[in-house]
Amino acid sequence: MSGLSIENLSMRFDLPNGSSVQALQDVSLQLAEGELLSVLGPSGCGKTTLLNIVAGFLAPTDGQLVLNGHRVSGPDAERGMVFQKGALFEWMSVRDNVSFGPRMAGKREAEWGEEVDHLLEIVGLQDFKEKAIYELSGGMQQRVALARCLANHPDVILMDEPLGALDALTREKMQSLVLKLWKETGKTIILITHSVEEALLLGERLLVMAPRPGRIHKEYRLPFADLGVGQDLREVKKHPEFAERREEILGMIWDMEEEIMGRSEESA
Amino acid sequence: MSALIVLLIYVAIFVGSFFLVKLAVQSATNDFTSLKTVTFGDESAVRPNRIASVVSIVSIFVLWGAFTGSSLLPGFLHAPGPFIGDATFTYTAEADGQAADDATVTVRVFEVGTDAEEPTVEAGDGWAKNDAATIGAWRSGLIRVDKNDEFGRKEGHRIVAVNGEAIAPGGAVETEFGRVGMSQKGTLNFVPNKGWQMEPIWLPAPEAVVSRIGSIAAEGYRGSTLWEHLGYSLFRVVVGFFFGALVGIPLGYAMGLSNWFRGWFDPIVEFMRPVPPLALIPLVIIWAGIGETGKIILLFLAALWIMAIAARSGVSGVAISKVHAAYSLGASKTQIMRHVIVPNSLPEIFTGARVAMGVCWGTVVAAELVAAEQGAGMMIMVASKFQNTDIVIMGIVLIGIIGFGIDILMRMAEKALVPWKGKI
Ligand SMILES: Nc1ncnc2c1ncn2[C@@H]1O[C@H](COP(=O)(O)OP(=O)(O)O)[C@@H](O)[C@H]1O
Ligand SMILES: [Mg+2]
Repeated sequence: MSGLSIENLSMRFDLPNGSSVQALQDVSLQLAEGELLSVLGPSGCGKTTLLNIVAGFLAPTDGQLVLNGHRVSGPDAERGMVFQKGALFEWMSVRDNVSFGPRMAGKREAEWGEEVDHLLEIVGLQDFKEKAIYELSGGMQQRVALARCLANHPDVILMDEPLGALDALTREKMQSLVLKLWKETGKTIILITHSVEEALLLGERLLVMAPRPGRIHKEYRLPFADLGVGQDLREVKKHPEFAERREEILGMIWDMEEEIMGRSEESA
Repeated sequence: MSALIVLLIYVAIFVGSFFLVKLAVQSATNDFTSLKTVTFGDESAVRPNRIASVVSIVSIFVLWGAFTGSSLLPGFLHAPGPFIGDATFTYTAEADGQAADDATVTVRVFEVGTDAEEPTVEAGDGWAKNDAATIGAWRSGLIRVDKNDEFGRKEGHRIVAVNGEAIAPGGAVETEFGRVGMSQKGTLNFVPNKGWQMEPIWLPAPEAVVSRIGSIAAEGYRGSTLWEHLGYSLFRVVVGFFFGALVGIPLGYAMGLSNWFRGWFDPIVEFMRPVPPLALIPLVIIWAGIGETGKIILLFLAALWIMAIAARSGVSGVAISKVHAAYSLGASKTQIMRHVIVPNSLPEIFTGARVAMGVCWGTVVAAELVAAEQGAGMMIMVASKFQNTDIVIMGIVLIGIIGFGIDILMRMAEKALVPWKGKI
């Protein structure tokens, strides 16, 4: 069977002082091939932990992950990751960054050159191929990160707040780009975000997580990602259901944040 | 005393040229920094004033020249020099049963290193006869004025006044030409005025140092040419640093990558880090002697810990997201080492290398001061034993220039090889 299946995942961090944090508790989720899932939740609810487990950087204390029929353990090229920032290799040019995956796989330039150039064109960096990473703006750097991930042909793309460090305008452009790439490549994507709007716009499915212990609070199936592929995202935001959903989810997250604050006040 | 004068003049030049330049050079630039209204506390708005740098260097040389009577400076800039020429003073002597009598002493004060004849003087009248003597500038000398007098010490010869001022054993009289003192036994001691200039054996004039560089470059020093001396020092530094880096960098990598290495070497490295390499010189000499081996071992040790620590922090400093990204792109451990960890650690390693080169250069000079047959440090050590201050200063200047040159080279290499340093 194809797709990603997350089965009863639990993660407990034992702290040096003897206490422990239940970062995830019994998280289960099925993701079909080509689905775009956005994950939302107050900070500390285990979003990054979940993604790190899927990427294979962390071993869960309980549960398992199955991708396309085989159990996942450890990082692998089939699961690509786009980080918020700082994960590009400054000592390489833009093109060398994007071609890193194929080059590490021992492929010759004849095999990847054309595709890498094509990807750079898609993300609008064809004129910056030989530039150094530190010469690029934050938005351009994230486009390099996207292209680098795509050049490696992963089955699943994991993004941990990939647009979180960008300004609002750049962010909007990047959101369109993510949607476009998703449609063109048909990749399975899990995207973590802090922004409710972004989660609504990009998430074909949307997962709201709740903290302490980290768990799935509510799941939505949304039409906006499909709408956004063809049209301006600002038009999508005018959709009556969009505002309704946004208010609903914002309220949900505020309630959670309030509860966290209340709890920490009690314990204080 | 004269040090205080020099300091005061220096401060005066500093303050004076500041106001002068401020008056004369109205800032005509209109760049971003000059438009800032807030500059105090804004480090980026503080740029070195080039005029100040030039004035600073020029004033050091002018002060140096002025207080050494340099021939490169016009005479009116010279600080008052030592008295040179014929100094005279009179003394009044008494002897048992004799009336007091005056006589004149003529002292020829000459530049040390030139020949001086005793001035010829007439004996004069009375029983106390006129005297002549020679004394080098900045020196002093005892003058036995009683020797040619008709009544010597056996007859109770004693001096009671100089230039009419009473004097007693242990006392002194200031004269126009210098200070006349009297020893406990009653002998006169003349100290010609020294002026404010430095004696060449304390501080030679700039041109003397330059000409010494020329003559040593041409003739060599102590059996080796100047280039051999400097070359030996550089050779030791380069070889010691090379082996230090050769062992230190892999050691640092191992410490950054393996718990066992980290645990094993942490105590050693942390202990050796604060031990100044100079403190190892005696031990290295005991173990390896004063030859090349000993010096290279010393420099190896000096560079080793610095390079190990630099490589370790270079590895530990890699953002985990870069390593994660590389794994997710399918890189193997070896590939991650080669393409992520090593390049990521290069900026730290370069910083370490610059520090290590500086420390090695300082250490080699110090080691050569202690014991060596050749080397920059050996030159200045031997020269100092013979009071060849010009060679000592020459050595210090050359050591400074080479140390500076090494740092410039390292910085250029850094710019070429790790251009992303400090830009992330
Ligand atoms: N390596 C770790 N050690 C201990 N606690 C951790 C670690 N990583 C995450 N946690 C804890 O797990 C919880 C979830 O963290 P995280 O997944 O980063 O949340 P999010 O990404 O949703 O903000 C937090 O309470 C955090 O403190
Ligand atoms: Mg997070």
